[in-house]
Amino acid sequence: MMKPYISVFKLRISNGLQYRAAALAGIGTQFFFGFMFIMIFEAFYAHTSGTPPMTLAEVITYTWLKQAFLAFIVLWFRDDELFQLITSGNIAYELCRPSGIYGLWYVKLLAQRLASAMLRCFPILILVIFLPEPYGLQLPTDFTSFLLFLATLFVGLLMIVSLSMLIYISVFITMSPAGSLLLFSVFGDFFAGLVIPVPLMPNWMQQIVYVLPFHWTADFPFRVFTGNLSKTEALTGLCIQSIWLVGLIAVGKFAMDRALRRIVVQGG
Amino acid sequence: MIRVQGISKSFLVAKRPSGIRHAVKSLFHREYTTVEALQDISFSIAPGEIVGYIGPNGAGKSTTIKVMSGILVPDRGTCSIMGYTPWLDRVPYVQNIGVVFGQRSQLWWDVPVMDSFELLRDIYKIPPAAYRDTLTLLIDTLDLKDIIHTPVRQLSLGQRMRCEIAASLLHSPSILFLDEPTIGLDAVSKIAVRHFIKTINKEKGVTVILTTHDMNDIEALADRILLIGKGSLLYDGSVQGLRSQFGTRRTITAEYRENAHPLQIPGATLLSWTPDRAILSVDTEQIMMSEAITQLSSQVELLDVTIDTQPIEDIIVQMYKEYQL
Repeated sequence: MMKPYISVFKLRISNGLQYRAAALAGIGTQFFFGFMFIMIFEAFYAHTSGTPPMTLAEVITYTWLKQAFLAFIVLWFRDDELFQLITSGNIAYELCRPSGIYGLWYVKLLAQRLASAMLRCFPILILVIFLPEPYGLQLPTDFTSFLLFLATLFVGLLMIVSLSMLIYISVFITMSPAGSLLLFSVFGDFFAGLVIPVPLMPNWMQQIVYVLPFHWTADFPFRVFTGNLSKTEALTGLCIQSIWLVGLIAVGKFAMDRALRRIVVQGG
Repeated sequence: MIRVQGISKSFLVAKRPSGIRHAVKSLFHREYTTVEALQDISFSIAPGEIVGYIGPNGAGKSTTIKVMSGILVPDRGTCSIMGYTPWLDRVPYVQNIGVVFGQRSQLWWDVPVMDSFELLRDIYKIPPAAYRDTLTLLIDTLDLKDIIHTPVRQLSLGQRMRCEIAASLLHSPSILFLDEPTIGLDAVSKIAVRHFIKTINKEKGVTVILTTHDMNDIEALADRILLIGKGSLLYDGSVQGLRSQFGTRRTITAEYRENAHPLQIPGATLLSWTPDRAILSVDTEQIMMSEAITQLSSQVELLDVTIDTQPIEDIIVQMYKEYQL
């Protein structure tokens, strides 16, 4: 039953692990941006008057997690092959296979993110643990928080893949990935807390953010890690994440079926 | 086995004249034209047949193949293949068919061919023993031994096409759809591909439906042809039938001992004449071949005679003209 998905997954992972140079360059970039974000926050915190809703140490840890797991949380991480499949008409072959397209693409995207993260997250995480105060990553106070972080990060990853599936489905209609990608990634990444952590946003904006699904993919697991959210909050959050996940997949599958029914194979 | 009844399919095509002005205009108002890709196509195909599906570019060949393989949903009409309606029962149905689109690739570009094959094995859930047998057969008959571990991007077109065909047959389908399988191939590869199609049809009883522009493919393979033009089915029958209906002309080239008088045979036209050689075009509907030869030998002392049938290419061109395609 699961075998086709596992094979696609394996092939994709082994394919993704080839790109060592890209990973190395990526690590460099992520360090650069990590330091930049931290210095900006440091400057803000030095001149703040009240007590901020997150401590500087929490913000720094949050930033490093964001940089390390970038492949898990950004919406602009994309698979050009799938876009080409749709716009060039090679999707014809995918439709001749005895499996649902949604499932196959889902595992493809998941594997790609995992492969990319595997190459990048460990070097970054190891290095930032040993960075001097105050720039270093602070580990969670106990092991349970760490496990909760892993669980929420993983469900968050599944959520981000189902969100990005919507981008691919929209290309069936628009025939160009540029618009959907830009729209989704600019708004999605902001609402996920990738520009500024959600607790630092003004209250009215937080209310919008909490209604949308995006913050569950990044902001939530990172705050579980830093201890900004309690364990009970983490557990309830995990349930809400799962409900979102089921909903997003259902919407995606429905939209995909509709798109396939009126598909036009491009290019003869 | 395959029964197609009254299939119609139209596409909406956005139209606009070239130029900036019209491009800006089309931001606000788009004009669409409906293109009738298929109009009321009906035919049925028995198990074990090889059917050539021909027609000029844009006639609707590929669209028919895509409807029959469950990719496109037609606007009207029914289609029953092995008891399935392709676009409704897509997932269980496609287990039974193999498809090759000559202009597209189903192999993963960056990995060796074998990896793609193994992925297909898992997608189609092929039992290991059956997979091994089929793979051995395919490697032998398509001569893939040396290329199977090469990444696809480094294969030549002919090598890739052989791999594509093998990939479509790994799950031992009972119907094979080939959409221009010999496009861009050299003579040797073409013959190899044809030979292989013939073999699997004979030995495994695979029903083959192929579209092509190469009439040699049709002559070498197809027992039956379907001619489609502007979305409608124009001819359904054997290649011989096509010849007797449209290709009634034969060309006779005769060499003889010098003769000063031009030849005169009723029912035949003289295409060229020299004192020792003449080329005649004979319409077999007007004069029997034997009669023409008898007349010829009575008028000159024949040294050598060759009779050529009209090439099938010419017949097709003639048909396209006749139907104004």
